[in-house]
Amino acid sequence: MQDDTEPYVYKKVSNVVFGVLSPKLIKKMAAAKIVTPELYDKEGYPVDGGLMDVRLGVIDPGLRCKTCGSKLKECTGHFGYISLARPVIHISFISVVLTLLRYTCRECSRILLPTARIEQYGDRLKRLGKDKGPDVMRKKLKDLIAASKTAGKCPHCKAKQKKIVIEKPTTFFEDDKRISPIEIRSRLEKLNDADIEHFGLNPTAVRPEWMVLTVLPIPPVTMRPSITLETGERSEDDLTHKLGDIVRINQRLFENINAGAPEIIVEDLWDLLQYHITTFFDNEVAQLPPARHRSGQPLKTLTERIKSKEGRIRHNLTGKRTNFSARTVISPDPMLELSEVGVPSIMAMKLTVPERVSDWNMNYLKEFIRKGPKNYPGANYLIRPDGKKKKLTEDTIEASIEELQPGYIVERHLMDGDIAIFNRQPSLHRMSMMCHKVRVLPNKTLRLNPAVCFPYNADFDGDEMNLHIPQTEEARAEAELLMLVDTQMISPRYGLSVIGCIQDAISGNYLLTRGGFSMPRSDAIDLLASIGITEVSKLPKKDSVSGKEVFSVLLPDDFSFAGRSKSREEPEVVIKSGKLMSGVMDKNNLGEGSGLLLRNLHKKYGRHFALDILGKMFKLGIAVLMKRGFTTALSDTDLPKEAKSAIRNVFDKAEQDVAELISQYNSGQLDILPGRTLRETLELKILEVLNKARDETGKIVAMNVESYSHTIVMAISGARGTPLNLAQMAGCVGQQALRGKRIEMGYAGRTLSCYQRNDLTPEARGFIKNSFKAGLKPAEFFFQSIVGRDALMDTALRTPKSGYLYRRLANALQDLKVEYDGTVRDSGKRIVQFTYGEDSIDVSKSEGGVLNVRRVISEASEKASQ
Amino acid sequence: MTANILKELQAILPPGIYAAVVEAMPDKISEAKAKAIVQDIADEYKEMKVEAGESVGLVAAESIGEPGTQMTLDTFHFAGVSEMNVTMGLPRIIEILDGRKNLTTPMMEIYLKKPYSEGQDIKKVALMIRETKLKDIAAEFSINVADNRIEVQLDTGKMKELGINEVALAKALKIGAKGVHVDIKSDMLILKVKAKEGGVSDIFKLKEKAKETFVKGVRGVSQVLPVKKNNEYVILTFGSNMKKVLQIPFVDETRTTTNDVFEIEETLGIEAARQAVIDEVFKVIETQGLNVDIRHLMLVADVMCADGKVKGITRYGVVRDKSSVLARASFETPIKHIINASLYGEVDNLTSVVENVMLNQPVPVGTGLPKLVAKNKK
Repeated sequence: MQDDTEPYVYKKVSNVVFGVLSPKLIKKMAAAKIVTPELYDKEGYPVDGGLMDVRLGVIDPGLRCKTCGSKLKECTGHFGYISLARPVIHISFISVVLTLLRYTCRECSRILLPTARIEQYGDRLKRLGKDKGPDVMRKKLKDLIAASKTAGKCPHCKAKQKKIVIEKPTTFFEDDKRISPIEIRSRLEKLNDADIEHFGLNPTAVRPEWMVLTVLPIPPVTMRPSITLETGERSEDDLTHKLGDIVRINQRLFENINAGAPEIIVEDLWDLLQYHITTFFDNEVAQLPPARHRSGQPLKTLTERIKSKEGRIRHNLTGKRTNFSARTVISPDPMLELSEVGVPSIMAMKLTVPERVSDWNMNYLKEFIRKGPKNYPGANYLIRPDGKKKKLTEDTIEASIEELQPGYIVERHLMDGDIAIFNRQPSLHRMSMMCHKVRVLPNKTLRLNPAVCFPYNADFDGDEMNLHIPQTEEARAEAELLMLVDTQMISPRYGLSVIGCIQDAISGNYLLTRGGFSMPRSDAIDLLASIGITEVSKLPKKDSVSGKEVFSVLLPDDFSFAGRSKSREEPEVVIKSGKLMSGVMDKNNLGEGSGLLLRNLHKKYGRHFALDILGKMFKLGIAVLMKRGFTTALSDTDLPKEAKSAIRNVFDKAEQDVAELISQYNSGQLDILPGRTLRETLELKILEVLNKARDETGKIVAMNVESYSHTIVMAISGARGTPLNLAQMAGCVGQQALRGKRIEMGYAGRTLSCYQRNDLTPEARGFIKNSFKAGLKPAEFFFQSIVGRDALMDTALRTPKSGYLYRRLANALQDLKVEYDGTVRDSGKRIVQFTYGEDSIDVSKSEGGVLNVRRVISEASEKASQ
Repeated sequence: MTANILKELQAILPPGIYAAVVEAMPDKISEAKAKAIVQDIADEYKEMKVEAGESVGLVAAESIGEPGTQMTLDTFHFAGVSEMNVTMGLPRIIEILDGRKNLTTPMMEIYLKKPYSEGQDIKKVALMIRETKLKDIAAEFSINVADNRIEVQLDTGKMKELGINEVALAKALKIGAKGVHVDIKSDMLILKVKAKEGGVSDIFKLKEKAKETFVKGVRGVSQVLPVKKNNEYVILTFGSNMKKVLQIPFVDETRTTTNDVFEIEETLGIEAARQAVIDEVFKVIETQGLNVDIRHLMLVADVMCADGKVKGITRYGVVRDKSSVLARASFETPIKHIINASLYGEVDNLTSVVENVMLNQPVPVGTGLPKLVAKNKK
């Protein structure tokens, strides 16, 4: 981005071609021939012809590359080469070389298959190679040759074939006689192009003899930079170490050959060279000891650099790093809009937005420069049209203001309303990265509206989140149009809202809309005003208004809805012409991922309105609680005496039943369930009895607990907790089940050492009779810990498993997209579906995955009859 | 009258939605109203359609991967007394999507034809399906070292119950254990090794082999459980052998299913296998109380079955078929892919996502798709 006349034409890579380098090409692309293992001379300057030769690029500031004349960071480096004294086989191609040697004639170098058969199977093999990959193709060819009767003799020249075996990793034997790489290379040279095609090689891309190296390319120094330690000592990269070994041995080999050393010495050195070159490519070859540092830690050579999660591909190429990002702890702020993010001012002064100076905004931008980097809102950098960045400091401010003219770019501080992308890891779905509008706030945490916690799966127990500031106009436009919280409201997973009221907001709305709640009109107006609603003409003109009427103020006048709530008293929710006639507002209607209320609002009035009204409902719920008061207390779980004795009766009954079952079991009178053993049957029946007992106590608790107690309100409105949780606090905790069974392991024949062997009674097998409030007995506590630990283990094991499944799915499906003709295809244009999902409905535009025909019909006929 | 107006819709809407419209349409309705409704539905449908370039694959992957973290690892699932243990939860989903051939809990649901589905002879029918091995009908195995033979005391009561007579048993054994002389005397079965040099250890081996010899029923079905389901008797089995079960005359072959996708592919073809993948994954997701739209599962199933064979979402299955070298290399075993590509001189045309991410170029999905075309002046 240099000037206004920037052409906006970018170069684009259209394809990447893979192939094997020929010796000729290696020499041609090399900038230098490397002849000495020495790296630096006495002055610390790279030696000519050494591995750090300046012709291979520069890694020291100040030096210039001898090949291209560029400085550090400008020069990407150049390859060099060494010519090997003796050829060496490339380890990655070893299996191909073996196949080629085995299945071609040692005399005439033809494929060991009669011409007729080649013609017969050639095309089929090629197709196989294309469909299933070269490995399968080679295997098939092997089978074909093994099946042909001419085995042992060449069908073309009738020469007898010898058996070729490989002694891993790199030594070949022909009938116990070793074949040297020279011999191998000369055999491979003689293979003709037509034949090698049947081995899955493309003769235009590769000649088999290239798999035996005669020259070795030396990677540029820029990809193996040395590190200067604090002591001033240089520490070389692993690759440089390995290359040093190769060059040294290669030189020794040369010298020995020239000096006419005995064959054994030459061969030993040759093998050593092979070892070094093999480990240079791959240091994890099965039968080779890995090359090590002096410290004993294995070297990281080429293959290890590419491979695995920390390798080049996954770590550096597919994963990118970015500037203009921030991360801290998050905290809630319900007074923010849902699509806002609170950014601490310290961050806002570091994160900047580039703005281009024009005649029209010159004065506006000058103000930022005047404030400088230390006052908010100021600016940190100025970018001149030639691309030079200038840091703004107190000394340079005046000069910069003078200098400013159209075409300059000012990097001003982040301000309210700027676009930011907000993210929380793990980013499992697209709602984990949404676009928010910035609100610069005091203090030091990032703040978000608690209603958007669900899509991020965030809570505030120390969670941190990331913020990114897009730097170009295109990026900002895309972020705002495609990633804004509004646009992400409907989940593409199930077509319902993923953003909804949570916790207090649900309790509040539940209490407000529950039957019997009313307040003076003036209070209601107060309440509404506190959440920013001043238009209250919808409120009926009477002294006391009901909660439902207050809630209705939020709804648009032409909105009608019919749904269900969780409540047993008012299960049906009816909204008619913007008035809540019946039903309570609980999790089923206001929560995320449930009910069509939010979905319909979104459909009818658009995403912006839907998000806005959701924000208001959220604030209303909280305002109600603030006005009314809301707390949860231990006394919420108090039970009257009758209830306690009722619970005791249930237990006594259950215990009797179980004892009865056990005695039946012991006497063999128990009816065996089909497909079970006697013991399994007993366990199942006991479990049934005990679970029934727990449910009954739950019922007793639910009936006897003060129904207006706040704990109950939270449970039945769906804000937090379940009736079961309450039953566990007040009534009994119940059977602790481990993998669907009662607890049985532990000591021989018993769960804990305080019980008799083979004790099958409930309390000896993990039934917790007490409630959390009453407190657990030691044994009960242990049982709960067992199950708790198991659950913990389950989570720990699950996370990597599901993560891997997800990675595989994402990798397999990432290139599928809907084409312009409505088909779903992959990147090879192969059709996967003719219409997406059989009806080409986008789930994120649907209502819970369907087109709601009934709603459309009723709305249309209503409209038509008006 | 309304029928005519509805016809317009039939051309536009997919059959499923059209059927819903026909059903929901009020009986008595004015023409103007009907027209308005038809118009609105057509508009609504148009609005709901996916846009070109939508990255549906990734959305599907997210929609299955994200709830994956919420699924339990509990392998077994107990839904009441009469149900069987089945692999459920995340392990089951991984099993299906991997395209694994040996399931941990293969299972069949066998529906029966009329008199039997009402409960007639249900126990007998069930036992006919179960695989019976020699050890199931034997009371005792004893080795007579002196005569170099095995004597099997048969449990005649059990044999009667299973409807096996001696002749049939002898026949089954002859096929099952070759090179063995079989002799039956009332309730005693004598197995003799034909080869003379049979040592003691051979006899022990033979004994173990004889125990496992298949006698009757359907191979692979190790447990049967007749269950009443919606007013009819259904046989649930542990172990699965679709091919054999479908050949049994009293089995209702139109509804009988297995949870083994490969068996379905083998017996009923690839389209049935696709449906099986969808159903099986959906079953798990449903029992976990999660909400995932069926379209995402369809897409995954379609990818797995696109080649006419069920392929797992692994480096040996779906991923291997990708056209792009870099995309394959970025998944697993990068070196192998790069080496093979170099031998073939493969060209990566950078048509999918990762390759372009690697090269810092816009990806060809969504907003990366539209391009400007300019005509050059001559």
